Amino acid sequence: MLSKGLKRKQEEEEEGKEALAVDTWWLDPGHPAVAHAPPAVASRSLFDLSVLKLHHSLRQSEPDLQHLVLVVNTLWRIQACMAPTAALSPMPSLPTAPGIADNLLASSDASLSASMASLLEDLSHIEGLSQAPQPLVDEGPPGHPIGGAPPSLGALDLLGPATGCLLVDGLEGLFEDTDTSMYDSELWAPASEGHKSSPEDRPGKEEAPELDEAELDYLMDVLVGTQALERPPGPGC
Amino acid sequence: MIPGIGAFTRDTLWCFSQVKGTMETGTTEADIISTVEFNHTGELLATGDKGGRVVIFQREQESKNQVHRRGEYNVYSTFQSHEPEFDYLKSLEIEEKINKIRWLPQQNAAYFLLSTNDKTVKLWKVSERDKRPEGYNLKDEEGRLRDPATITTLRVPVLRPMDLMVEATPRRVFANAHTYHINSISVNSDYETYMSADDLRINLWNFEITNQSFNIVDIKPANMEELTEVITAAEFHPHHCNTFVYSSSKGTIRLCDMRASALCDRHTKFFEEPEDPSNRSFFSEIISSISDVKFSHSGRYIMTRDYLTVKVWDLNMENRPIETYQVHDYLRSKLCSLYENDCIFDKFECVWNGSDSVIMTGSYNNFFRMFDRNTKRDVTLEASRENSKPRAILKPRKVCVGGKRRKDEISVDSLDFSKKILHTAWHPSENIIAVAATNNLYIFQDKVN
Repeated sequence: MLSKGLKRKQEEEEEGKEALAVDTWWLDPGHPAVAHAPPAVASRSLFDLSVLKLHHSLRQSEPDLQHLVLVVNTLWRIQACMAPTAALSPMPSLPTAPGIADNLLASSDASLSASMASLLEDLSHIEGLSQAPQPLVDEGPPGHPIGGAPPSLGALDLLGPATGCLLVDGLEGLFEDTDTSMYDSELWAPASEGHKSSPEDRPGKEEAPELDEAELDYLMDVLVGTQALERPPGPGC
Repeated sequence: MIPGIGAFTRDTLWCFSQVKGTMETGTTEADIISTVEFNHTGELLATGDKGGRVVIFQREQESKNQVHRRGEYNVYSTFQSHEPEFDYLKSLEIEEKINKIRWLPQQNAAYFLLSTNDKTVKLWKVSERDKRPEGYNLKDEEGRLRDPATITTLRVPVLRPMDLMVEATPRRVFANAHTYHINSISVNSDYETYMSADDLRINLWNFEITNQSFNIVDIKPANMEELTEVITAAEFHPHHCNTFVYSSSKGTIRLCDMRASALCDRHTKFFEEPEDPSNRSFFSEIISSISDVKFSHSGRYIMTRDYLTVKVWDLNMENRPIETYQVHDYLRSKLCSLYENDCIFDKFECVWNGSDSVIMTGSYNNFFRMFDRNTKRDVTLEASRENSKPRAILKPRKVCVGGKRRKDEISVDSLDFSKKILHTAWHPSENIIAVAATNNLYIFQDKVN
């Protein structure tokens, strides 16, 4: 999950009472910076503009890291502004349409978080992947919004975990031609010690018999067709 | 002449001296000046441009016949420092743009400077040759080799005068040490080492060793998802070879002591000003990003430039700056537009005068600003061809922020944001300044009474 990049507060004793203000000042209709403009419209426009900047930056052969980080941090601020405030202490009702905000959050939060998280992670590997041009809408010069309707959040999906280059379907595309059916077998139920199991799997797998390591090894040998894989039993896997 | 004192008294006025560069309206990208630096004596003035070239100007000896006219700066040497490169492994093009030039103190007849692009630092030697040897035994006058069998006598070559030739030779190339873009280089006061800083790391080099450097700061997170801050500038203390500072995109300055640990990830001092609640906006972080940090000549203060202000910090006080100067606060209401056209990401530099009493930085519309720390007066001047008559006094400019605009004022909406003064330099001991305006270099001096 991408951290939010909010400016660090120096005064520790004031952090308790100011933290809320720092995080939500833009949601306060009484704040002078907010009162003068419809926050939903301003946030949405800036959000779209920031996404465009992010796109443009990523299309560079070697993005300007400072520019990228600042735009991403700004996006986080804007996104926080657009997020519902249910988790916070009672605030005056937002002037935005809850439906729009929810849709934005539902559709943007997961993909945006995943996209930007993977994006920055891949910055360290970005030199290893050539930047294939993406069939994006013509974005024109940097910072200039496209005329007409702002780009939909579907544009975010194009970022992809691999910065929108060769792997349109993300890293999954690397394994398209790999037969993984052997790994989809029920025999790989995560019942033995040391295997991580997802929460949703646990209730259904409680009654499955535990397989010890030796049996797992044997099954592995059979399935992959190798003989006599002498792997010493160890703790976990 | 006490430099900088009384910069804004009636007796001191700035006037035009010279302008270098083409007058053509169309600007070639390669000619855009990207860095300006005086050497330690002020005799030489170096510029780097986006085309990877370095041009060095030398100040002429002052004329006895024109006592009131300071020596002019004329071209001394021009060379191609960096060429465009292509990283085949990463499929990346490396720009030849010169990001920074730093002079080494002169220790012999030759001059040495460091120049850097995004990835590679080079040490250049600039030397003069005014003699050439004649009378070789194995070569003829045209330089062709002679058949040794035809040589019957030996002679001693003699040195004969020739036209002065200035040659620049690359003496060291410090490469392959930076994954990210180099933004700063700084020569240490020990004159044996220097540092280079990129977005996430700072490396320490020895001038004699090019195949390895020592990493002293690394803020790259283990998980790049957690990256929220980058290094924007770094500089060594002018006198203490163990101390340096670096600034960040979050408006913080860290002072580090290399004696404390080999890896200076933990700072010795941390300078940060609390955010003003009344000025918070979506762009608070962007405008707080520090674009330049400079130690004062005394070493007691540091100056930082963010998008709207210049701040002076006392090294002994970390919680807030001792002085804050508004460069162009009228832009605060225009941040959204400036974000849209990316001007909000412009990186302005700042400089001290020789006595640390006046600071200077650039703005838009080819304006640059000076702030006198003693009198608290400031002035806005313009680098313009219209004011380029020899010894013409620069008239202070003013931006109208509202209400009725006076005759000589310019409104905020009329400012030309494509004309920006990002790079300036101040002579180390005299009131001579160099201001880079796109592809032109302006030199101004104070009027001698």
